[in-house]
Amino acid sequence: MARHVVATVDDIPPGQRMLVKVGGREIGIFNVGGEYFAVSNRCPHEGASLCKGRIVGLVESSEPGSYQFSRRGELLRCPWHGWEFDLRTGKSWCEPDRTKVRSFDLKVESGGALVEGELQAETFPVVIEKQYVVLEV
Amino acid sequence: MSIVELERSSAARSRLRIIDCDIHPAMTAWTEVHPYLAEQWIDHLSVYGSHLRHAFSEALSHPRMSPDAARVDAYPEEGGPPGSSLELMRTQHLDPNGVETGMLIPLRWNPGSQRNLDFGVALTQAMNTWQVERWVKNEPRLRASVLIAQEDTGASVAEIDARAGDPNFMQILVLPKTDEPFGRRRYWPIFEAAVRSNLPIAIHVGGTNGHPSTGGGWASYYMEEHHTVAETMQAILTSLVFEGVFERFPQLRVVIMEGGLGWIPSLTARMDKHWSRLRSEVPHLKRPPSEYIREQVWFTTQPMEEPGTAAQLIDLFDRIGWDRLLFSTDYPHWDFDDPRYAFRANLSEAQRDQILYRNAQAFYGLP
Amino acid sequence: MADGEMANAERPARYAGAIDCDLHPAVPAMSVLLPYLDEYWREMVSVRALDRLNLALTSYPQNAPLSCRPDWKPADGQKPGASLPAMQEHVLDRYQQRFGILNCLYGAQVMHSEDMAAVFCRATNDWIRDEWLSRDPRLRASIVIAAHNTELAVAEIERRADDMRFVQVLMLVSGEVTLGRRQLWPIYRLAEKLGLPIGVHAGSAYRYAPTAVGWPSYFVEDYVSQSAAFENQLQSMISEGVFAKFPGLKVVAIESGLTWLSGFAWRADKTWKGVRAEVPWVTRAPSEIVREHVRFTVQPIDAADEAAAILRLIDHLQSDELFLFSTDYPHWQFDGDAALPDGLSASLLRKIVSDNALATYPRLMKADRAMEIAV
Repeated sequence: MARHVVATVDDIPPGQRMLVKVGGREIGIFNVGGEYFAVSNRCPHEGASLCKGRIVGLVESSEPGSYQFSRRGELLRCPWHGWEFDLRTGKSWCEPDRTKVRSFDLKVESGGALVEGELQAETFPVVIEKQYVVLEV
Repeated sequence: MSIVELERSSAARSRLRIIDCDIHPAMTAWTEVHPYLAEQWIDHLSVYGSHLRHAFSEALSHPRMSPDAARVDAYPEEGGPPGSSLELMRTQHLDPNGVETGMLIPLRWNPGSQRNLDFGVALTQAMNTWQVERWVKNEPRLRASVLIAQEDTGASVAEIDARAGDPNFMQILVLPKTDEPFGRRRYWPIFEAAVRSNLPIAIHVGGTNGHPSTGGGWASYYMEEHHTVAETMQAILTSLVFEGVFERFPQLRVVIMEGGLGWIPSLTARMDKHWSRLRSEVPHLKRPPSEYIREQVWFTTQPMEEPGTAAQLIDLFDRIGWDRLLFSTDYPHWDFDDPRYAFRANLSEAQRDQILYRNAQAFYGLP
Repeated sequence: MADGEMANAERPARYAGAIDCDLHPAVPAMSVLLPYLDEYWREMVSVRALDRLNLALTSYPQNAPLSCRPDWKPADGQKPGASLPAMQEHVLDRYQQRFGILNCLYGAQVMHSEDMAAVFCRATNDWIRDEWLSRDPRLRASIVIAAHNTELAVAEIERRADDMRFVQVLMLVSGEVTLGRRQLWPIYRLAEKLGLPIGVHAGSAYRYAPTAVGWPSYFVEDYVSQSAAFENQLQSMISEGVFAKFPGLKVVAIESGLTWLSGFAWRADKTWKGVRAEVPWVTRAPSEIVREHVRFTVQPIDAADEAAAILRLIDHLQSDELFLFSTDYPHWQFDGDAALPDGLSASLLRKIVSDNALATYPRLMKADRAMEIAV
């Protein structure tokens, strides 16, 4: 991995973002309440420019009709199909439980592996050194 | 928001060539349509506006999850809604995605759903001319659809006949939420005109007709409502088959747009199964439903299905018929399909080219 | 006999021990319900000639081919499904069924007047208890309710709570409101508590056009549209959070057509990933919810190759626990003894014919024990 100085901290105030190009890849740097996170600008679903989407909070629910809002500004909605990605981890909020795939006594063979890996956006470590935002790619 | 945009690499895009069968152009301002409307209707539009069979005069009954039901990244810098800027359409979609031909599907105002028939008719005429003047004449890759106010069959036939010889128009456009199921005999003059003018009929999701979202009541959430559009297309196809439209008009070609693909094999099998038991009710059908569908119906691909495995997607295409599939992106809507990534399976070059290009080339008689 | 019948005398043995999850007893005439009505209603029936009303449902025209297989018409001219001896001969005995679940489709369920509907549903359940359940120990029944008054429906379910021969609550797939709506939740709450699945059966109260595009001309169109109705109502139950609110609730889709389920699961899952924030109580993919909470009776199977269709569904849904044997008697869905296709493995056959139903209907076995204790 190589380290790249991509911006100064003043370039990306809290709540803001910057799209940079490093080593041929587009990466979005997000300032979430003073912490910096970097996410690939490519949505793992269908390749949309992920980092152009709305920054949102997290809504959860204990039961129908109730809405628990938290983590303001920490999720990114893909500008196309609206998938929500956690800026801290890159994980899609809809990652299904990993249930076991059972084999059955089938006459017809099923082919192909389950589509995996599409539910996580690629993230990159970001460190702040003095006033510089440094990306490790 | 401050974003520093850097140049995107277009190396990967150069090999792509597609015919996009579903692009939604928009107006920067309503006044764009004024040059094509009589004074009377300009006034009417501003004073009374849309008059539909639901509570809101302008808003959709079930708000979408994104503004204008669009991709968040499709707003022109100069202002206006997604789809209103030809320049942005070019740079964001037509150029990088190798669109050789794109079919325009305007949805503004649902002219076919307007309760005031004369107003609806006037809107269709104006928007047909708007498509040509505003879009097709300025961008040779684009083609128009003949909007009709289908509840006024006389006016619809007149509009079809008026546009029939115009090579800018590739098809007739109807939204499936008509007053009665579209296969009903009162609409048959439209099918007659379609065949006479050698134009296929495109049926694209949408419309308001006052019937609830489902046979058991109204959907509450957008998550539900978005699902009901697939059932709407199933119902329209069922109607066309069992009313005998395909039997009566063997030259008629229909393309079902944006209805999804997953239901096609199961519904076709269901129609065949129950037709064979109940065929005495519909003696005008001389052949099983699946035969009519196989010969006279096509389907646009967006929103692409995402089954659990690649093999399941291939199986789905096998059962629908590879020649039935017309690629579409639905640009600039939110559930846009990118031609590079929409297929979750390894298609051969030939298969890809067939879906992305050759089927539509044949369907629309393009060179 | 129909042309398709297999002359193979062993055929019925495949179903030995089966639990038939869709049998239709017919109310021969309103007069059979009179003993269960009070004085006021008996007089209303007489004064208003209610018993001369033909309550045949538009969903099942009496003489349409679908409504009764020709060789299942009772010889004595009774209404199809009205004769217990005929049902015993045609399916219960012939297939050596262990249990058969009665789903009575009667016009009372859809009458507009709520009190009238509730009273006649109650009488129907009483009649089923006395003339069917008490005459054949293999029989079980769904509780017939008029869902459009939830309070009265809940009272009717409560009334049957201790009779373990009632194993399910019966609702039509197309009613007055979408099936997920909160106003129906008292029904689901009680059903969950009592271990009663909700049996959602093909058919409509016709409060609206059967499709979002209006009123089709033909019965065959209405019937074809039933599979779409199941898609819509299942989507409603999932979106509204019925399974989040009632994690113990099971739903059985009865006479739905089956093969629509693949397309439903794909589309519902895809949509959910983008709209999750609208319905945050939907915390799992819809297909996972279906796998856990929803079951499907087998007849009819909308496919030319039924065995391949079942195997494909198992592959798509990643479960072999979804399907429940049914004949849909006396509806004409199959010929001869082809209630299930050839080509299914012995272990899969056993699941479909028996095990899946035992897991779905916890009250099935309890009736026997209750009767033993009573004796």
